Amino acid sequence: MKVEIANLTISFPSPQGMSQAVRGVSMTLGAEKLGIVGESGSGKSLTARALLRLLPPAAVVTADRLQFDGIDILKASERDMRAIRGKRAGLILQDPKYALNPIMTAGAQIAEAWRNQKKGSAKEAMQAAIDLLAQVQIRDPKRVAAAYPHELSGGMGQRVMIAMMLAPDPELLIADEPTSALDASVQAEILRLMEDLVSRRGMGLILISHDLPLVSHFCDRVAVMYAGRVVEELAAGELVRAQHAYTRGLLDCLPTLSHPKGRLAVMSRDPAWLA
Amino acid sequence: MISVQELRVKFGTVEAVRGVTFAVGEGSSFGIVGESGSGKSTVLRALSGLNDDWTGRMTIAGHALAPSRGRDFFRRVQMVFQDPYGSLHPRQTVDRALSEPLEVHGMGDVDRRIRQALAEVALPPSARFRYPHQLSGGQRQRVAIARALMSEPEVLLLDEPTSALDVSVQAEVLNLLADLQDRRKLTYVMVSHNLAVIAHLCPQLGVMQGGEMVEMLSAEDLRAGRVRHPHTADLRRLSTELEEA
Repeated sequence: MKVEIANLTISFPSPQGMSQAVRGVSMTLGAEKLGIVGESGSGKSLTARALLRLLPPAAVVTADRLQFDGIDILKASERDMRAIRGKRAGLILQDPKYALNPIMTAGAQIAEAWRNQKKGSAKEAMQAAIDLLAQVQIRDPKRVAAAYPHELSGGMGQRVMIAMMLAPDPELLIADEPTSALDASVQAEILRLMEDLVSRRGMGLILISHDLPLVSHFCDRVAVMYAGRVVEELAAGELVRAQHAYTRGLLDCLPTLSHPKGRLAVMSRDPAWLA
Repeated sequence: MISVQELRVKFGTVEAVRGVTFAVGEGSSFGIVGESGSGKSTVLRALSGLNDDWTGRMTIAGHALAPSRGRDFFRRVQMVFQDPYGSLHPRQTVDRALSEPLEVHGMGDVDRRIRQALAEVALPPSARFRYPHQLSGGQRQRVAIARALMSEPEVLLLDEPTSALDVSVQAEVLNLLADLQDRRKLTYVMVSHNLAVIAHLCPQLGVMQGGEMVEMLSAEDLRAGRVRHPHTADLRRLSTELEEA
């Protein structure tokens, strides 16, 4: 599996003409963990969603290349896309409260995702769902399978969503702020779990986050986005030595436990970054 | 300035806060950290008067707090919430949001006070007649802070005031809170799950777990790792930071 994005542009119509939310983004991904960081509105979620063609209908997408394992996403039929979405590529969202179906049990939702791909019986599907819940380290998978989303905590709900995305054995996992709504201890567990699954199954992972320290710990590579562009791409471990003034600004304005700061640095945005 | 002794809050049969005691000096800041469900926000809500079903003893500026509070209390103690989108009325302009506390407390000189408040939180005068959805997240949180300041309070209760903001905006809001404290001698109680944010603003903090305050320590001790309770050590270990190579 290989993801290739070259010169991706996503625009939306506005009263002032077309406004570009993503401007000429290029990146490639294999079986590795790529982090995309940036502030709200930087285009990081749009870039990842373009891969699954899950953009708002008004979005206008152009690219020199937008490929998932050789399939041209721009030209693919809706039928082809359905073979990718939720099957070969899964999307994990931030808030399980909104992303899960509130009137289906966790087990039924996972079973549905499994059956969609594997075409087994309802009984087999439910058994698979319970196995998947066990795989995401849920201690009492039978009980959780029978529970509705509102009966689950945030961390459990997030695990249910991960289990659902894993059901069809995807090759790519896109995780959009998967842990920002969770406590630090649960966050660490979920990340460990994803790490484990990615290395065991040889999946590719795109982790979208605004949390630089987290991404630098967890990912192999990091792309830093600002105003619709990738301003810097570097090995995750090198993040402390980032060169671009915007990345430096993001790092400098973080309060840290290890380095007390009297006053936090405030980012002064250079108009040249927009160019 | 603030003293909380043996505070207990029950929801039905569940005791969410189980005997919490702490004190905050005038013009100082006290931080409360903990995971979701630890009871940290419940402490703040009991202190603020949003929940009147508690037992224990709480005083602010020497006055014991009764379960229900008078108007003067709400003038002197104000609260800022995590999500300014949820705490500002979507159909009210900034001007309306800021003038309401003045009306409630019968304070005059409305026009000057609003202009001054906007300047104080570094919002442009043009923001005055905007609606919340026309502002960015950071601007909305500034409006929420400005509104809390309208009644000239002595105490601000801050519930995750920067958790919904980008880090660059978080830095601006934290700096703003520090400046306001300097200028107005405000006393803060801040709740957050982010240890670095708490340690930045609060010289003293308490760590909550399962409704109890399991440890109280200084920000300095937290930074240096001089912690006594295992839960504090866990939280500290989980607070990811960039490693300097």
